[in-house]
Amino acid sequence: MELSTFQIIWFILWGFLWGTYFMLDGFVLGTGFMSGFLARNDTERRVLINTVGPVWDGNEVWLVTAGGATFAAFPTTYALMFSNLYSALLLLLFALIVRGVSFEFRGKIDGTPWTGGWDKAITISSFLPAFLFGVAFGNLFMGIPMRNDFTAITFAYEGGLLSLLNPYGLLTGVLFVMLFAVHGSLYAAVKTTGELSERAAAMANKLWLPLLVVTTAFMAYTYPATKLYDNYLNHPALMVIPFIAVASLLMLKASASSGKLHRAFTFSCLTVAFVFFTGIGGLFPNLIPSTLDVASNLTIYNSSSSLYTLRIMTVVILIFVPIIIAYKIWIYRIFRARVTSEDVLNNPEAY
Amino acid sequence: MQHLLQLWSYEFVFQGGRMDALMLSRVQFAVTCMFHFIFVPLTLGISVMIAWMETRYVMTGDEMWLRMTKFWGKLFLINFALGVVTGITMEFQFGMNWAEYSRYVGDIFGAPLAIEATVAFFLESVFIGLWIFGWNKVSKKVHALSIWLVAIATNLSGLVILLANGWMQHPVGYVLRNNRAEMVDFMAVLTNPYGLIKFGHQLLSGYAVAAFFVMGISAWHLLRKNETDFFKRSFRMAAIFGLFATLMVAFFGDLHSVEIAKTQPAKFAAMESIWETKKGVGMNLLLLPSEASESNIIEKFQIPNLVSLLAFHDSNAEIQGLKSIPKDERPPVLPVFASFRIMVGLGSYLVLASLLAVFFSYKGSIESQRLFLKLLVFSIPLPYIANQLGWIVAEVGRQPWIVYGVLKTSDAVSRNISGLQVAVSLFGFTVLYGVLGVIDIYLLFKYARKGPENDVSELIHVQGRA
Repeated sequence: MELSTFQIIWFILWGFLWGTYFMLDGFVLGTGFMSGFLARNDTERRVLINTVGPVWDGNEVWLVTAGGATFAAFPTTYALMFSNLYSALLLLLFALIVRGVSFEFRGKIDGTPWTGGWDKAITISSFLPAFLFGVAFGNLFMGIPMRNDFTAITFAYEGGLLSLLNPYGLLTGVLFVMLFAVHGSLYAAVKTTGELSERAAAMANKLWLPLLVVTTAFMAYTYPATKLYDNYLNHPALMVIPFIAVASLLMLKASASSGKLHRAFTFSCLTVAFVFFTGIGGLFPNLIPSTLDVASNLTIYNSSSSLYTLRIMTVVILIFVPIIIAYKIWIYRIFRARVTSEDVLNNPEAY
Repeated sequence: MQHLLQLWSYEFVFQGGRMDALMLSRVQFAVTCMFHFIFVPLTLGISVMIAWMETRYVMTGDEMWLRMTKFWGKLFLINFALGVVTGITMEFQFGMNWAEYSRYVGDIFGAPLAIEATVAFFLESVFIGLWIFGWNKVSKKVHALSIWLVAIATNLSGLVILLANGWMQHPVGYVLRNNRAEMVDFMAVLTNPYGLIKFGHQLLSGYAVAAFFVMGISAWHLLRKNETDFFKRSFRMAAIFGLFATLMVAFFGDLHSVEIAKTQPAKFAAMESIWETKKGVGMNLLLLPSEASESNIIEKFQIPNLVSLLAFHDSNAEIQGLKSIPKDERPPVLPVFASFRIMVGLGSYLVLASLLAVFFSYKGSIESQRLFLKLLVFSIPLPYIANQLGWIVAEVGRQPWIVYGVLKTSDAVSRNISGLQVAVSLFGFTVLYGVLGVIDIYLLFKYARKGPENDVSELIHVQGRA
C-alpha cells in the first residue's frame, strides 16, 4: 500500500482515538461536574466518585494515546496543535492533574473542609476539560490563524492569547459541556441505586432539551463558520455520520423518557462519539485548517510521518487496540454492578 | 483589550522573547520532569514487591502477606496517583514547548510514545483499577495477576521511554531526509544498546528506591516495636531486593559509563572532569573543575589509570579531553561532574547499607541494631537523590544537544510561544506541583506511620466466596 493509503488510515484512527476518548472520559467528566447537583450528602458524593473509580484512569489513557498517535503519525500537526494552543492546553493539563489526584486524595483525610475542598476541585477540574476541549476542537474545526510554509519550514501563529474565545469556539465548548452533562448523568443513573439514580435520570431528561437546542445551534452555525459541510455535500454517503449522531440524540430521549436507562446511556455514548465524528468527517483531509490561506492548512498529506513509520504504527495499533478493547470490556463487566451506599461505607478501599 | 494583549505578546516574541522562551522552557522541562520522577522510581520497584507479597499470600494463605500487600499497597497508591497525572504533562510538553523538536524528530520519537501508551499505559491503568476496587469482585489469583500486570506494565513503559531517551542520547536507525529525521530501522531503535543499558540502570535504581523506602519505614516501626513480625518480614524482603538492586545498578552503571565513553565523549569528559586528551588517565579522589581556566583547580589522591580502566576496560586507553571539543559543544562541567560523583558515592553507600541489612536480617537481630535502623530511616531520600542526580548527568551532560550530534536544544524550542506564556506556565506548574507534592508527602507520612490494618478477616471471607 502506498503512503496516501496509510495517511487516510491514520486520519481515521486519529478521529477514532479522540472520539473514543471523549465518549469514555466524557461520562467521567460529566459525572464529576454534575456530582454537586446530583448528590445530596457526603455518602452520595462518594457513591458517584466510586462509580468512576475503577475506570477513570483507563479512560484517560485514550487521551494519552490520542496525543501519542498524533505525535507519531502527524508530527507536524502535533507540534503546531500543541504549541499554537499553548495556553488553553496548559489550563486543560492543570485541570486534568487536579481531577486525577482529587479522586485519590479526597477520602484520605476525614473532615468537611478537606472533603468539601476536593468536591469543589472535582467540580471545577471536571468542568474545565469538557469546556476547553470543546473550545479547542471548535477552533480546529473552524481553523486557526496560522501561516505555514512547508518548503521553507516556517510556521507562524497569528492568533493572540484570547483569539480562541470566539463565538463558534465558545458554542462548541458549551456543546461539549451539555453533551457530557447528559452523558455523565445517565452514567450516574445506571451505576447507582434508589433516589440518587432517579435524580440522575431526571437530570438527564431535564437537560436533554437544552442539549438539543445547543446541538441544533452548533449544526446550524457550523455552516457559516466552517467548511465542514463541504465534504458532506460532495460525498452524500458520509451523511450517515451526522445521521447517526442526530438519531442517537433522539433515541436517547425516547429511551430515557421510558425509563430504559441502559439503552439511553448506550445512545449517549453514540451521540458523543458521532457528534465528534461529524466534525472530523468534515475536516478531511485537513487536520487543522488555516483561516489565513489554504496553503497553510495542516493536512494528512503535508504533516504525516514517513511511510515506514506509519506502517509500523499501523501494525502496533491493529494488534494492541483490539486487545485493549477486549480487556476493557472484561473489566467493565466485572464492575457492572451498581454502586450502593453500603458498598462505599463498608469497603475500606473505596474512594 | 484583546488588541492590547496581542500587542503585549508580540512584544515578547520579537524583543528577545525567543531567548526567554528557550531558557524558561528548559527550566520548566527540568521542573516538571524531576517532579514527575519523584514518583516514578518508587512505582517501578514497589509494584514488583507488592506483586510478590500478594503471590506469597495466594500460595501460602498466610494472612501476614495479605496485610503486607494492603499496607504497602496503600502507600504505593498514594504515590502512584501523582506519578500518573504528572506523566500527561510530559507528553503534552514536547508539542507545547518543543515544537521544533517534535516536528524534526517526531517520525522516530513519536512512535515510542504512542507505543508506550497502547502497550503499557492501558494495561497499567486498567488493571490498577481492578486491583484497587476488585478485592471482592475477582478470585485471589486474578487479583494477584492484576498487580503483576500493573508491575509488568510500569516496567515496560520504563523500557519504551528509555529507548526513546536512548535515541536522543545516541541516535540510531534514522536518516536526515525531507528536513527532518526519518526512521529507517525500527529494530535498531528497539535494540539501541545505549537505551537498553540505561533501562537496566534506571529500572534497578527504581528497585533500590523501593527497597530503601520499605526498609526505612520498617525500620521506623521496628524502632518503636510496632508490629515487629510484620516489619521484620517486610524488612528482610526489602533488604534482599535492595542488595540485588544496588549491585545490579552498579553493574549496569559500569556498562553505561563504557557506552557513554564510546558514544558521548564530551559527556564522559565532563563526568570525570578531564580537560587534556591522554592515555592511561587516573582518577583523582579530590577534584574541583574550573571552566574559566579549562583545568582542575584541585587534583589530589590519584588512583593511577582508573578512569581509563573504567571507561574502556583497558588501563592504558586514551580518554578524549574537553579541550579537544569546541567550547560551544561542551556541556556545563561542574554540575555534570558533581552530580556524577555524588551519585556514585550514594550508590556505594546504598550497596553497603543493603549488605548490612541482609546480614542483620539473616542473623535475626535486626530489631536490636538501633543505630543502623535509625540510619536507614534517614536513608529513605538517598536513592531518590541518586536517581535525580543520574538524570542531571544524562540530560545536562548531553547539552548543548537535544539529540546528540543531530539537533541543538536552542533549535528545538517552539517558535510560536512567547517568554511570557512560558513564564506563566512555569509559575503555574511550580505552584500546583508544590501544593500537590506537599499533600502527597504528608499523606505518605500519615499512612506510613499509621501502620498496617489489623483486621483482614472480612476480606478473606469475601475473597473465599469469589
